[in-house]
Amino acid sequence: MIPEELKDVAAQWQEQAGQYAHQVYVCTAAGCLSSNSDQVLESLQKEVKDRDLHEQCLVKGVGCMGLCAGGPLVAVQPDGVLYAHVTPEQAPAIVDALGDEPAADLEAIEADAPFYERQEPIALENCGRVDPESIEECIGADGYAALARCLTALSPTEVVNVISKSGLRGRGGAGYPTGLKWSTVEKARAERKFVVCNADEGDPGAFMDRSILEGDPHRILEGMAIAAYAVGADQGYVYIRAEYPLAIERLRKAIRQAKRMDLLGGDIMGSNFSFDIQLRLGAGAFVCGEETALMASIEGKRGTPRPRPPYPANYGLWGYPTLINNVETFANIGPILREGADWFAGIGTEKSKGTKVFALAGSVLNTGLIEVPMGTTLREIIFDIGGGIPDGRAFKAVQTGGPSGGCIPEQYLDVAVDYESLRELGSIMGSGGMIVMDETACMVDVAKFFMEFCRTESCGHCLPCRAGTPQMLGLLDRITRGEAVMRDLEMLEELCDLVRNTALCGLGQTAPNPVLSTLRYFRDEYLAHIEDRTCPAGKCKMRSTTEVNR
Amino acid sequence: MSKARVATAWLEACSGCHMSFLDMDEGLLELAELIELVYSPLVDAKEFPEQVDVTLLSGGVGNEEQLELVRHIRPRTKLLVSLGDCAVTGNVPAMRNHIPVEQLLERTFVQEADLNPGAPEAVVSPLRPKVQPLHNFVEVDEYIVGCPPDAELIKFIVSELLQGRIPGRGVRSRFG
Amino acid sequence: MSTPSSPIRGPVEAPRQIRTLKIDGFDVSGRAEQTILQVALEHEIDIPRLCHVEGLSAIGACRLCLVEIRATGRLVPACVTRIEEGMEVITDSKRIQKYRRSLLELLFAERNHICAVCVANGNCELQILAEELGMDHVRVPYLNPDVPVDASHKQLAVDHNRCILCTRCVRVCDEVEGAHTWDVEGRGVDARIITDMRQPWGDSGTCTNCGKCVELCPTGALFEKGTCVAELERREFLPYLTAMRRTEQ
Repeated sequence: MIPEELKDVAAQWQEQAGQYAHQVYVCTAAGCLSSNSDQVLESLQKEVKDRDLHEQCLVKGVGCMGLCAGGPLVAVQPDGVLYAHVTPEQAPAIVDALGDEPAADLEAIEADAPFYERQEPIALENCGRVDPESIEECIGADGYAALARCLTALSPTEVVNVISKSGLRGRGGAGYPTGLKWSTVEKARAERKFVVCNADEGDPGAFMDRSILEGDPHRILEGMAIAAYAVGADQGYVYIRAEYPLAIERLRKAIRQAKRMDLLGGDIMGSNFSFDIQLRLGAGAFVCGEETALMASIEGKRGTPRPRPPYPANYGLWGYPTLINNVETFANIGPILREGADWFAGIGTEKSKGTKVFALAGSVLNTGLIEVPMGTTLREIIFDIGGGIPDGRAFKAVQTGGPSGGCIPEQYLDVAVDYESLRELGSIMGSGGMIVMDETACMVDVAKFFMEFCRTESCGHCLPCRAGTPQMLGLLDRITRGEAVMRDLEMLEELCDLVRNTALCGLGQTAPNPVLSTLRYFRDEYLAHIEDRTCPAGKCKMRSTTEVNR
Repeated sequence: MSKARVATAWLEACSGCHMSFLDMDEGLLELAELIELVYSPLVDAKEFPEQVDVTLLSGGVGNEEQLELVRHIRPRTKLLVSLGDCAVTGNVPAMRNHIPVEQLLERTFVQEADLNPGAPEAVVSPLRPKVQPLHNFVEVDEYIVGCPPDAELIKFIVSELLQGRIPGRGVRSRFG
Repeated sequence: MSTPSSPIRGPVEAPRQIRTLKIDGFDVSGRAEQTILQVALEHEIDIPRLCHVEGLSAIGACRLCLVEIRATGRLVPACVTRIEEGMEVITDSKRIQKYRRSLLELLFAERNHICAVCVANGNCELQILAEELGMDHVRVPYLNPDVPVDASHKQLAVDHNRCILCTRCVRVCDEVEGAHTWDVEGRGVDARIITDMRQPWGDSGTCTNCGKCVELCPTGALFEKGTCVAELERREFLPYLTAMRRTEQ
């Protein structure tokens, strides 16, 4: 396929789609699927077919629509109606109401509800709109157009410049300028180069990358292909955790479709640029999301990090320069090249451009997937978009950044979210997990949860993380059992300092963060556990005896 | 100058540390000028006295009686010294620590018993789940490592302590 | 671990370029491709270390060789950090000493190290470092894991109670002997060195009985059978072997 043909496919699909008077979208991402949205899809398709409406009404499965708390979700266009908690039995009522007011006995969500109104989808623009298993549809929704433009109109350096100018920063957590990374790999001189997509999403409560891959896999392939063109790579890998079977299946299908249409593989779109993508499945180790461990795993070795520098951009897979970006970073590439660097740089804050996808979870009404401009406040995210805390309970803290992040208390809810502001608060942006906690959460217990996670996920390579995390966990456990003395707290703080400053990789260095941030904002709770042997939240079962034994 | 009141005690350990103490040979005579041994396996006193200046404790804490003794001693001595690897680390007695106590007693007193199988229930103090160093229970002022610590080292540290100096890490000594 | 040319921190420069730097206030110089540890040792400045052995790939795992870069205050592992022009390195400070002692405490608490009954007593790098760094007690609780001893090999044995996961055995077996009998299984604090696919050592189909792992083990975890307490002796062979191989090439 050449770029002109791509336009034909897009036009063809748009024309075809335009023939339908009604379109019914059923969310088939993992969240809704787990509440049987596949059966909803089936019964809707059957209902439409039975009534002989299938020429006027298209029923299709799409990716994540965001409001996971309302799953299974069904959207009806052009009516602009969104139904929540749909059951297969409600299919006739939905079909009855086509082109009309929303069915009265169904749970309809207003299109201008704050949950959608406050969002600005870029990475997720096609999620919930296109059928992720149809490449024609993705092309019809501007898919691969940016790649075509790069191949025909831009030099690799120009592509890198666009990305640099856009101000895009790595969405995997650290926020390293993407353009700078690309430019380093582009400038590296080597026989071979690689592009890797890090889809080893492992933070508890995070499902941003999974939703993007399940909802719009072609966008990632396109982003990777553009990156490969820009840096001069001919082979790409998507390193994805095996716990995401649906995302894997859809990626596999997408790669097959793209190859068949000459959008991947040899001489892409008639150019002399070749790029192939393979999947590598992670075996469940959190640390393999760390780029050097990830590379070791791709090479078939034990997934343990190695010291940096040298950075992958110079010394990556098998020693060759390697560009590693996160799923969401790649998801932003297409739109940036389509709409221009200035458009992207116009969104967000001074240092953090564009939008960020968050997985809103925990004690919040609208759990789900959201995308907001950088600079949106935590309050807007949790209370306007998230709908606040259920059951009239009070907000206590929000945990961002997963096990490497921290807990942010109420007094900072009006802080505009970007990479720098969260870091100043003792947390991090991370990949976008956001867990809301209410008054019933014990902050020591929360810290213990994350420390347990880090202990289990430590790879064992470097000493401070391997032997330090079980010690920190032991001390936290003593505190939550009411057996600790002040000396234990001092020891805990000393170990936090030690591990943070001496561990080899990011996982180890940040493992103390959940402890340090809860100590920073909720020291009182630690002291209550130790000095008064009470858990203010009533969560921890304290030992009645005051005997202090080890 | 009145003599310093010094005590020694022997918890979960062999007698090695006390043997090493006696190995000071003629050093003992010099020491005897400076100290009065108020409580020790080497003397007759049955009760740990009040107002002791320096107490050398060998052995970790492995049973309830030992824990009681350590907690009895601490407020009655100005300085407490962990003497030897058992007191500092648990050492050889701690090699049982990964085995649950019931299993340990069953193996020792039932499976391996020639006569009267059954774990002792009276007279001897019940074992604690693990043998642990003294500093896990009470504040310790000085550590003398070694299995056993060198006699010269014991002599040096005791005389430093008697002169009001706590050598701490200033002294090189090796585990084992 | 099959690439002997393991990555070393810092820019890759043309070889034979000379860099000058300060280590602990002394003006020293080295070749651009050398690490801080190599240059320090050449100038008789010793830096504590447990995982590193000259002649094997450097992995920066034990973190005891952390040194401070004066300009940034950052701690970097000397074994994998290349020297840079004008660099000022501090190998010993109150802060570094404190960290090193704490790291040793974590090691002693991790497995069951009973020096008094160990074959390596008196000849153990862990024990000697504790003495040198003044680690006279362990403040964190001992974890007392239940770990096995594998004495299935006819001459050699491994006691996991004494293993510090330095992986010298894994590297020498792979990079020098070429057998790759040893590897690591498990994660975090449950990681263990294993022979082949966790077969008993005596059943290993790849072990050549060369004993290089035993010679390089810093503690008494790997030892020759028939060795009693404090009887373990080590021969220095790696420098000769690597020198011989270099001349052959």
